[in-house]
Amino acid sequence: MKSKRTGKPVFFIVFVLILALAYSAFFGIENYYGDTRKVYVKGAGDIRWGIDIRGGVEAVFSPDKEDVDITDDDMDAAKAIIETRLVNKNITDYEVYTDNDNHQIIVRFPWAANESDFDAAEAVRELGETALLTFCRGEDQSDVILSGATDIDHAQAGVDQDGNYVVYLYFTNVGTGKFATATAQLVGSTISIWMDETEISAPKVNQAITDGSAYITGLGGSEEAKELADKINAGSLPFALTVDNSKLQIISPSLGSDALRVMLIAGSIAFGIVCLIMILRYRLNGVIAAIALLGQLAGTIACISGFFPNTSSFTLTVPGIAGIILSVGVGVDCNVIAAERIREEFKKGKTIDGAIDSGFKNALSAIIDGNVTIVIVSIVLIGAFGTPDNIIAKIFSPLMSLFGSSITGSIYSFGYTLLVGVIFNLIMGVLASKYMLKSISQLKVFRKPWLYGGKKNA
Amino acid sequence: MRNLTLNSQKIFKCALIVYAVIFLAGILCAFIFGVSFDINFSGGTKISYAYTGDLETADIEKTVDGVLEQNFTVTKSTALAGDTQTFEISLIGKDALSAETQEALTTSLEEAFADNGILLYNSNSVSPTIAGTFFAKSLVAILITALLVVVYVGIRFRKIGGVSAAVTALCALVLDILISFFVCVIFRLQIDSNYIAVVLTLLGYSLNDTIVVYDRIRENERLTPDKTIDVIVNDSINAVKARNFVTTLTTFCAVMTIVVVAELFGLTTLRSFAIPMAFGLLSGCVTSLFVASPLWVVWKTRKTKKKA
Repeated sequence: MKSKRTGKPVFFIVFVLILALAYSAFFGIENYYGDTRKVYVKGAGDIRWGIDIRGGVEAVFSPDKEDVDITDDDMDAAKAIIETRLVNKNITDYEVYTDNDNHQIIVRFPWAANESDFDAAEAVRELGETALLTFCRGEDQSDVILSGATDIDHAQAGVDQDGNYVVYLYFTNVGTGKFATATAQLVGSTISIWMDETEISAPKVNQAITDGSAYITGLGGSEEAKELADKINAGSLPFALTVDNSKLQIISPSLGSDALRVMLIAGSIAFGIVCLIMILRYRLNGVIAAIALLGQLAGTIACISGFFPNTSSFTLTVPGIAGIILSVGVGVDCNVIAAERIREEFKKGKTIDGAIDSGFKNALSAIIDGNVTIVIVSIVLIGAFGTPDNIIAKIFSPLMSLFGSSITGSIYSFGYTLLVGVIFNLIMGVLASKYMLKSISQLKVFRKPWLYGGKKNA
Repeated sequence: MRNLTLNSQKIFKCALIVYAVIFLAGILCAFIFGVSFDINFSGGTKISYAYTGDLETADIEKTVDGVLEQNFTVTKSTALAGDTQTFEISLIGKDALSAETQEALTTSLEEAFADNGILLYNSNSVSPTIAGTFFAKSLVAILITALLVVVYVGIRFRKIGGVSAAVTALCALVLDILISFFVCVIFRLQIDSNYIAVVLTLLGYSLNDTIVVYDRIRENERLTPDKTIDVIVNDSINAVKARNFVTTLTTFCAVMTIVVVAELFGLTTLRSFAIPMAFGLLSGCVTSLFVASPLWVVWKTRKTKKKA
């Protein structure tokens, strides 16, 4: 009946692994070659903070007219306008999501760096204006040939007969005439295409085009073609975008940085208190639980920061941090259930090895059942309030599309931290704790039942 | 605690009385103060500005009145560690302010109080339609979660009667959610998106507690089949009570740390998260030990009586 003993070094191996994980997850591993920073492992400092921490804007745009017929292509075109304009404002760290069912575009971007007097309301209004699309002679904007609103019907990405990626342009009746005249004059030179003040393409004219349709060649791939077509379509949208019918939130950076400081203090204190309670009540089991909890915390941070340089970081908000703190409190549950079981086994008169073995074995079903419910909850949180493009949201979309897109990135963050917290809780609280405890109990110094919750004089 | 054996049926009755009192107080408060919903649910606009020096609320109201046609309220507060003064203009349930109006408001405040370094601190504006769909979506999310977890309990505990286990667990959950709701009402906290996260978490957390008890009942029914149901349940509750107390204690401490630290630094955005969560957790511990399982005993004994 006796299970195989776990070797003495196992504790130290697991302990060192957890310490290494914790160190690299909190501080990252990086190297400086002169001024260039090379990141091998991302630390907590590389976490993408939500706009409620670093300040920023969350806006939900919707069309300013209700009676127009809006297609999915229109929504993509509208998204292209917003993205181009954000880049123009030097905001590259943005998130833009479209919800085609409800005709909404959700935009989040942080406060522009080093700008204290950033007029966010004005910036948002500008983002939503109808894009002015123009075709101009040569490489500058001085001589306008065509304009998007009146002359261009639509653009479409496609493939020509040779398999090259192209964008097809279709002109209106007015536009066909103008374009025919212009191309006749400009064979061999360039026509540039502009969105507002940004050049988006500068194709060369190969021949005079008189039939009202043309195509642009030389595109790198299907994505590039789609992007250009979206931008050209943006000039002929039948509506402008506005946040007035939807939602606009602006948070100043000072409010956010204070919130982060508060949450860090709260998190450290909570971690300390939980470890203290565990060690006071469960002695050696509590010490193991504290180590496991450190591992769980490090694992959660690693999942949020993106750990490896090639993976992207998850946006962490204030409720997200609250989720981490909550999972620190719940996280010791595995250890509590197991430690209580081990105590009981001692009462039944078992030896140290026997008590630890059957303690963990009997605790397993309760641990798994309990954690499954929290996993279900976090999946619903992610599905219902997450970005429309995450996998879980797609599974839920038949149900949730009835109710508008997510406008609460902060709840999404909470669901995510809760989920990774629970997963690492299972790994650390069940597997790592079990091996650490079984191994450390082989050491002579620790072969005293009272260390595990048994009687002192046993 | 270690040697104390609890009589769960007796505590069940006491718990019901305590819950009834809290609910009555909550309903009373709801009628007196009303239940306030955040603009994410009701629609509206909240804008806060940071300022330096001294400002009179009446002066602010006068300036704002020149720009806005709607009714509004102005409240002054000192935020975060006491070094930033802010005032908030709120229009709840009204049409949200357009971006243009917000710009105009900021400009006229800056002009009127040029010496006070007016700075936009935080603004949030939600249209009533968006707010309505968000409210509906939150309710659906809660219902789906409740359904999923209860079905899970029903399946996992079919050996001890899946339906009875699921229904009694659900009763405990409803009590916990109601407690967190009435705590919001009594503390006059706004019901906002944080609170939805609280409700969903409590669904998972409180059920976790209940499951630990049911798990032990299932095990004890197998080990000691000759004992009567109420004895088995009472034994099981006493066997797992230490675990439920300790885990609730650690989680409660973690959440209370957020409450205390956030209050010390004046971070009010997490009030609606941490306070109902803390009380919901306590309730989760009580209901799983002294409501769900005793209720399950009542259900089971009634059934056997009918058979006899």
